Amino acid sequence: MKRFAGWTLAFPATLLIVVFLVLPVLATIWTTFTTPAGPFATYLSFFGSSFRRTVLFRTIQVSLAVTAIALVVGILTAYVVSRAPGWLKSILIIAAVFPLLTGVVVRSFAWLIILGKNGILNSTLLKLGLISEPITMLYTQGAVIVAMVYLFVPLMILTLVGVLESIPDDLIQASASLGAKPSATFMQVTFPLAVPGLIVGAVLVFAGSFTSYATPQLLGGEQVMMMGTLMYQQAMVTFDWVAASTIAAVMVVITIAIVAAMNAVARRLNPMAT
Amino acid sequence: MTRNIHPLLIAGTVLVFMFLVGPLIIVLGAALSDTTYLTFPPQGLSLRWFENIFQIDAFRRTIFTSLQIALLSTVIALIIGIPAAYALNRHRIQLPGWLSTLFILPVLVPELVLGFSLLKNLAVQFNSPIYLSLLFGHSLIVLPYVIRVISASLASFDFSIEEAAISLGSPPLKTFFTILLPNVRSGVIAAFILAFITSINDVSISIFLTGPGLSTLPIQLLAHMEQFFDPTVASVSVLLMLLTVAVMAVVERTLGLTFLAK
Repeated sequence: MKRFAGWTLAFPATLLIVVFLVLPVLATIWTTFTTPAGPFATYLSFFGSSFRRTVLFRTIQVSLAVTAIALVVGILTAYVVSRAPGWLKSILIIAAVFPLLTGVVVRSFAWLIILGKNGILNSTLLKLGLISEPITMLYTQGAVIVAMVYLFVPLMILTLVGVLESIPDDLIQASASLGAKPSATFMQVTFPLAVPGLIVGAVLVFAGSFTSYATPQLLGGEQVMMMGTLMYQQAMVTFDWVAASTIAAVMVVITIAIVAAMNAVARRLNPMAT
Repeated sequence: MTRNIHPLLIAGTVLVFMFLVGPLIIVLGAALSDTTYLTFPPQGLSLRWFENIFQIDAFRRTIFTSLQIALLSTVIALIIGIPAAYALNRHRIQLPGWLSTLFILPVLVPELVLGFSLLKNLAVQFNSPIYLSLLFGHSLIVLPYVIRVISASLASFDFSIEEAAISLGSPPLKTFFTILLPNVRSGVIAAFILAFITSINDVSISIFLTGPGLSTLPIQLLAHMEQFFDPTVASVSVLLMLLTVAVMAVVERTLGLTFLAK
């Protein structure tokens, strides 16, 4: 009896995941290979359509841009946060957690008010006389990137604060006492030790951007279609479920591939990890 | 501690935090505006857009549905997640290594894919009620939060207390409810509240599993935004932000907010 205790306790969760996640998702991927036209026909038609290729490349481009910006902003901010005195650090962490726990619709909506034709940014620029008529900011790639950076920077900051705090202060002090300037200490001690955390953060942000729906839908619309919004459109507007399943399969493969790559890199960088 | 940080870096950090908090303050201002269109700074102060939320039938209905789905899916996730977390901590040796990978699959698999698959291969294929797919979809995405938070609490639990109870003849279920559960109570509360807010805010699963007659609050917000540009959405957003504040207060009192920076 005792030998099976672990299995008994883990069984309900295992069952839920297998029945409601693994099987349905595998079935979705399976149907892309069993169309009457042949096993790879849907993929040939996906990559054969220049519109869908554009959407895929745009999604990769936007996700890379968001990841790069979030990494730079995240590491520099997390560095300052982790060095801040206690009371200030608490306030800064609260200020990062608050947007993190606020929903994606609310956070994207905020940018809709800011970037709209009669939005805050346009009316401010008009008032200052910097522009003579409102410029189109919504439904551009830039709008999607800004809103997604907004979405993911708190996650990056919090991940990296955790990483930076785990670096022993002795190393920093040793570096300083040996005469290194703060910038040299940062580049030669702190940064290399933070690399595994940076990779984790980058993968979280890239995967999150690559598969997002609400932000590209609200700020990109039809003009800046991404994989998520294209998948929704194929599934629920044109009811082409084979095409939607193909996009789903591409998303799953890319997400799992980058996570696997991250694990491999992290293992090479940290021989202590199992 | 090294305090000599370059002034440019401090200025940059100030800008980043203005960027993080500013947009949410703008939403708050827009919600309080006494105009029929969205504007900031608010022109005149009024709470009428908050009243308006409850006058719109679709918002009343979806707020109720969202609360119901969040509560039920969180309870389901707790009921199956607590034993799973316990098994992972206590009986790891009996369990295969791939099991912990299986338990993080709900985070790994894109939510859009999961939502679409539940629609296609469960709701439509077996002609089952869409509500069930929505409920199980939400239970799945909150399950990893429950397992992670409960595991963190169990890591600091002294299992010799439990062994003492068992060796004194306490039956397993009684031991669970009188010894284990009270000791990980703060973890359970934190897991509940984090799972609840995750479910309430979800878009990517729900977008495929809602339709005529069944919708959640975020999906209704998206639909409303596409038709109207009035401050109602801003006032609903403020209500959701108040919920976030409540959640943060609970997390701070149980796990401490720094738990989220790990």
